[in-house]
Amino acid sequence: MKILTGNDLKSGAVTWWDGVQWSLHVEDAVDVGDHADTILAREQAALRVNAAYAIDAVKDEQGVRPAHIKDRIRALGPTVRPDLTLKPADPAAGDWVI
Amino acid sequence: MSDVQFRFRDDEPVADPGVTVDVFGAQSNAAAVRLEPGDDARDLLPYLDRIKLIEVNFPTFTDGRGFSSARVLREAGYTGELRAVGELPVDHLGHLRRCGFDAFAPEPPLNPADAETAFARWDNVYQATGDGRVPIWAKRHG
Amino acid sequence: MYKYDTYDQAMVDTRVEEFRDQVKRRLEGHLSEDQFKPLRLQNGLYLQLHAYMLRVAIPYGTLNSAQMRVLGDIADKYDRGYGHFTTRQNIQYNWIQLDQTPDLLAELAKVEMHAIQTSGNCIRNISSDQYAGAAADELVDPRPYAELLRQWSSFHPEFLVLPRKFKIAVIASETDRAAMKLHDIGIRIVKNAAGEIGAAFYVGGGMGRTPMIAPLIREFVPLDQLITYSEACLRVYNRYGRRDNKYKARIKILVHELGKDEYTRQVEEEFAHLLTQGIEPPLAELERIKAHFPDPAYDPAAPDTLDRSDPDFALWVDRNCAAHKQPGYMIATISLKPVGGIPGDATGEQMRLMADLGRDYSFDELRVTHAQNIVLPHVRKADLYALWQKLDAAGLGTANLDRIGDIIACPGLDYCSLANARSIPVAQKISERFAAKQADLGELKLKISGCINACGHHHAGHIGILGVDKKGTENYQLLLGGCEGDDTSLGTITGPGFSEDGIVDAIDKATEVYLAHKQGDERFLDTYRRVGMAPFKEAIYE
Repeated sequence: MKILTGNDLKSGAVTWWDGVQWSLHVEDAVDVGDHADTILAREQAALRVNAAYAIDAVKDEQGVRPAHIKDRIRALGPTVRPDLTLKPADPAAGDWVI
Repeated sequence: MSDVQFRFRDDEPVADPGVTVDVFGAQSNAAAVRLEPGDDARDLLPYLDRIKLIEVNFPTFTDGRGFSSARVLREAGYTGELRAVGELPVDHLGHLRRCGFDAFAPEPPLNPADAETAFARWDNVYQATGDGRVPIWAKRHG
Repeated sequence: MYKYDTYDQAMVDTRVEEFRDQVKRRLEGHLSEDQFKPLRLQNGLYLQLHAYMLRVAIPYGTLNSAQMRVLGDIADKYDRGYGHFTTRQNIQYNWIQLDQTPDLLAELAKVEMHAIQTSGNCIRNISSDQYAGAAADELVDPRPYAELLRQWSSFHPEFLVLPRKFKIAVIASETDRAAMKLHDIGIRIVKNAAGEIGAAFYVGGGMGRTPMIAPLIREFVPLDQLITYSEACLRVYNRYGRRDNKYKARIKILVHELGKDEYTRQVEEEFAHLLTQGIEPPLAELERIKAHFPDPAYDPAAPDTLDRSDPDFALWVDRNCAAHKQPGYMIATISLKPVGGIPGDATGEQMRLMADLGRDYSFDELRVTHAQNIVLPHVRKADLYALWQKLDAAGLGTANLDRIGDIIACPGLDYCSLANARSIPVAQKISERFAAKQADLGELKLKISGCINACGHHHAGHIGILGVDKKGTENYQLLLGGCEGDDTSLGTITGPGFSEDGIVDAIDKATEVYLAHKQGDERFLDTYRRVGMAPFKEAIYE
């Protein structure tokens, strides 16, 4: 699947296109098929997202998994600071990125 | 060709479009020449007394060679119009002026209020660049 | 240390307002991201993997306690309670909000700090010897020259759109502690045969994907021509540096392609011309700046002896303290490399503690080192024990300076959008694995970069590690034999790369080869240089 990700213009937070708006959680990401460019142009022009791009991902039992490790780390947070990731209570969360 | 949006000279603007450096060399009556980033401004030095306008093109704002071209020309004594042309972000205006540009033809044109702010931004400067402004070090040592 | 006058303060204040205006235009949509990016970069603001990152300049690595305290406060108020000290003697915050950046910069400006030119294709923050003004082996304090260059390079109108970034280091000691020859311009303040002070210029060094050691292009530039000569070096680069390929745009490629002699000829020609242009500040300006760097009011009666009865303390002194030019004093380094920690990270609380210690024990001065540690440059020997106890209680008493645990590491793929692999987890594993073996290994500088850009200086590590992306998984190449000091050398890749665990095992094998071949007091680097790559390679890939 193709999903969209970027950063919130003001806060810089990593966001994912959930079909309606930009979510902080990669599991909300939806397949945009071949509409990536249209959505990106519209959303960036409206300043709802910044520096956004389309990536490949797969859907598995744990949810949406970006194809590249860089985007998996973006989805979680720094693996060396579990307390600052989106899953601070899950000590094994870092294993997901590898 | 983009229009001159800001000009800091009192003389009449030269209407002729600048010719390329190659053409200029062969055409002895041209008074306006256009420098591209890869051109050597020093090639013009023998002809400075007959040039009234030098356009320095910035095809993209990420190519800063034109800043040096301007200083080279002013340091050699060129007093005619030195016009920056092309992609000129408003935030570069003050710095371009410090390098010796006295006319600006930005494409796309800039918001005039933003440009006015940018030209007036720095009350003081750290360097002597031949633009007549007194650098901070000179003020310190009166 | 240098104190702003009204002019310096006005420059920094004006920059805050300029950036406030730029941020406003971006948030209102008048600037696109493409237009805003070079503006924010010239103010140290990146968009990284998880958020905006702000890099704050620490000119020539020197700080007073008020500045260090504000850095700690900013970590708590605007970030998530910590900051990362970098190999450029700067500090980075990882979680900054764009709309809060102008206010943050205004707080920095109140203590004479800024983020000017900490990124972008311009002259970056100027680095220097972290022992400047305190080292026993220095000719003069190099920082006044660095400050002169700082002012010249700040908003230099001709050099804000260079082909690529431009880094300058200034040193004045026999021992190079600033990797001077691995900079775009390395300046060594020297004395000529006539006894005059001047500057030797090394131009065209650097790391990155094409590491090069800077050649000496001029042995002696008189002090009243320092700015003019620098300007000539930069102008030749701005006019002729490559702009067709980002990876060939650094000045080292220009110097390499023209050849050192031709580049030098062009610089000398430009220099002769610029000498007629009156761009050099008078020597009185250098003298004015020098007056800001007097020796502190040392206690001439400070006892020159140490009570070494506490063995942990004695170990810390031996590892982390260096000779001072003043009897009765030492230079103390605070290691930001606790076992298993994140190299260069410090919490806001730790920064405030270090600020207090700098105030109480080091004449209000602190330094940041390119090895991502903090230095208290002027500590009375009689105070060292009390200092160490306070550091130790705060987890800052690690005794590992220049040992294998004192790892330089870039933020890597945990934070950086350019990275190909994570650096920090590798550093943590190495730090833990070798903690017990560290003492036997002596001086061993290990440096890790998470990509070819080499922010972690892997080319210059006695052991270097380069993270690469191998078909979507992290892979680590091993280099041996690099050195950033006077005998600058670039590391050589051992062979095929390793997994994260594999690289730690490979280093273990390399250290075993060292211990087996070591003669006398040889360091790892010396043994490697003597025996060559072969025995290491054989052991690592057996």
